[in-house]
Amino acid sequence: MTLSLLIVQLLNGLQFGVLLFLVAAGLTLVFGVMDFINLAHGVQYMLGAYLAVTFVSLTGSFLLGLALALAAALLLGLALEFLVFRHLYERDHLDQVLATFGLILLLNQAVKMIWGAAPLSVPVPEFLSGNVRLMDGILYPVYRFALIAAGLSVGALLWFVVEKTRTGMLLRAGASNAPMVSALGVDIRKLFMIVFAFGTMLAGFAGAMAAPILSVEPGMGDTVLILAFVVIVVGGIGSIRGAFVGALIVGLVDTLGRSSMNDLLRLFMAPASARATGAALSSMLIYLVMAAVLFVKPEGLLPAKGRS
Amino acid sequence: MASTSSASTAPVARPVAPMVRRLAPLVIFTLLALLPLASALGLPGHWLTLVTRAMIVAIAALSLDLVLGIGGLISFGHAAYIGIGAYGTGILITEGRTELLVALPVVLLACAVFATITGYVSLRTRGVAFIMITLAFGQMAFYFAQALSAYGGDDGLTLYEKSTLLGREIFGNRTGFYYIALGTLAVCYWLVRRLVASRFGRVLRAARENAVRVTVTGYDVNHVRLGAYVISGMMAGLSGLLLANQTDFVSPAYMSWPRSGELIFMVVLGGVGSLYGSILGALAFLVTEDVLSSLTQNWKVIFGPLIVLFVLFTHGGIAGLVTKLRGRRDG
Repeated sequence: MTLSLLIVQLLNGLQFGVLLFLVAAGLTLVFGVMDFINLAHGVQYMLGAYLAVTFVSLTGSFLLGLALALAAALLLGLALEFLVFRHLYERDHLDQVLATFGLILLLNQAVKMIWGAAPLSVPVPEFLSGNVRLMDGILYPVYRFALIAAGLSVGALLWFVVEKTRTGMLLRAGASNAPMVSALGVDIRKLFMIVFAFGTMLAGFAGAMAAPILSVEPGMGDTVLILAFVVIVVGGIGSIRGAFVGALIVGLVDTLGRSSMNDLLRLFMAPASARATGAALSSMLIYLVMAAVLFVKPEGLLPAKGRS
Repeated sequence: MASTSSASTAPVARPVAPMVRRLAPLVIFTLLALLPLASALGLPGHWLTLVTRAMIVAIAALSLDLVLGIGGLISFGHAAYIGIGAYGTGILITEGRTELLVALPVVLLACAVFATITGYVSLRTRGVAFIMITLAFGQMAFYFAQALSAYGGDDGLTLYEKSTLLGREIFGNRTGFYYIALGTLAVCYWLVRRLVASRFGRVLRAARENAVRVTVTGYDVNHVRLGAYVISGMMAGLSGLLLANQTDFVSPAYMSWPRSGELIFMVVLGGVGSLYGSILGALAFLVTEDVLSSLTQNWKVIFGPLIVLFVLFTHGGIAGLVTKLRGRRDG
């Protein structure tokens, strides 16, 4: 693999990692504060992408469409919270898993009925189209840079909110000991709503931002959901910092693995079997990384403080 | 979470439960054994195939109930074992080895190895992390199968022969297949029942209620859990072997993660930890799926909300009596 290819793949990995972080952050936040495992989080990512498709083509403007898609994703998320999730916070994890699994079946199929099963796409916005010339012969799309920047700034914003604001303090307290926070006179329902709305927005934002570079199709959220699980487990459940580190690891390992495994195996295998083995191995790579991390640190790399 | 109470667990106190528990399996198996008669009297053959399939899936659901219901470990990757069983069988058949006496040990061994490795790693965590990790390992198996281009890859693998026993075609006849599935299910049920009643099963159940106390008593909780996980994985592999022979087709979809979710739903539908409930759950699930999907292509739009409503408004499932006896527990 040449240096230029390596740089491009590193950037791709970074961009994928940032996307995963946006999804995983919401998931881990909701779980950390509410002890609620939300399988439908991936569906909210998918809805973000589909809503972006609709609103961008309706308004003709990417930014306006993005804003509308976010608002709609938030409304849908809050409706789901009101109708279903709210009744599950007190239940055990098995009930939560099952009910949100039922929602996935419903929403995946509903999306298929409304938008059709064929993959859709969002055009890359005019002002972010084109390429950046990194060095001789290496071009990298502006939009992907914008995605990385947007993801990193959302990450920074999240860090600021969680670490430096009063709401963030309550969040951290809630993650450590929700009943105690409630006993101290904080409206825990409201806090839960805020956390949930936040998580939904993040997932919807990730979906909408991914829409121009990925194909928007039913079930796209499921893949991301499972990767987000890997991210959270690697990083430490309930920890935003862990989600960030985990997302970058998963994003980079997956991208670099897919691009280099073939070449690596070809050093000592026939090309045909190297391709077959490479495909199988690289799709398993992140799970092997996860297993290795758990083997050394069962609680993840950067576990949230104060959780037992 | 460590202090899951012992107050909510008094399984012996109810007068109805033991009798139901003893009679229900008997009734279920008797009715299942009689179904081919109804088929001879004019019930469409489609039903026999459907119930055969349900019984095969019930083996997997039953094996999941051992881990989930008795052990209190929510495994969200159980479809992987059905897939390993099916692929093991399918690959052997494709390579010209149809003999069951070869396929059976190979499938069981493959499942045991996969379960030992993934179980060892997964059991280092608890609660939600365990759910996520088993799910991730299940996906790993799924992607591996998808990348197996030599054996169909994404498109799956069509089988042109069925397994044979000592060279004889035993899966060719529909009624014969029905009774093989029923027999396997009955043997598995008996095995799990015996296992749960044994000292091993008691430790497993005790660890579900209070792992710390069991550890202090001198048992290695993770050893027992791993044992249950491996046995359960092998049993689900058996279900995969039968499934490959029934459908003459193997595909990565067998181990996609919604399949694992469906298995959990079957167990919960029947009543967690009741064992016979998972058989009822599998039957109810497959029949409902069959009816709904014959009504509309978009049956999942109905089925999804049914699951949600079921979780929100019932506590327990078909064998709900038994479920009420289980305490709220860790993960």
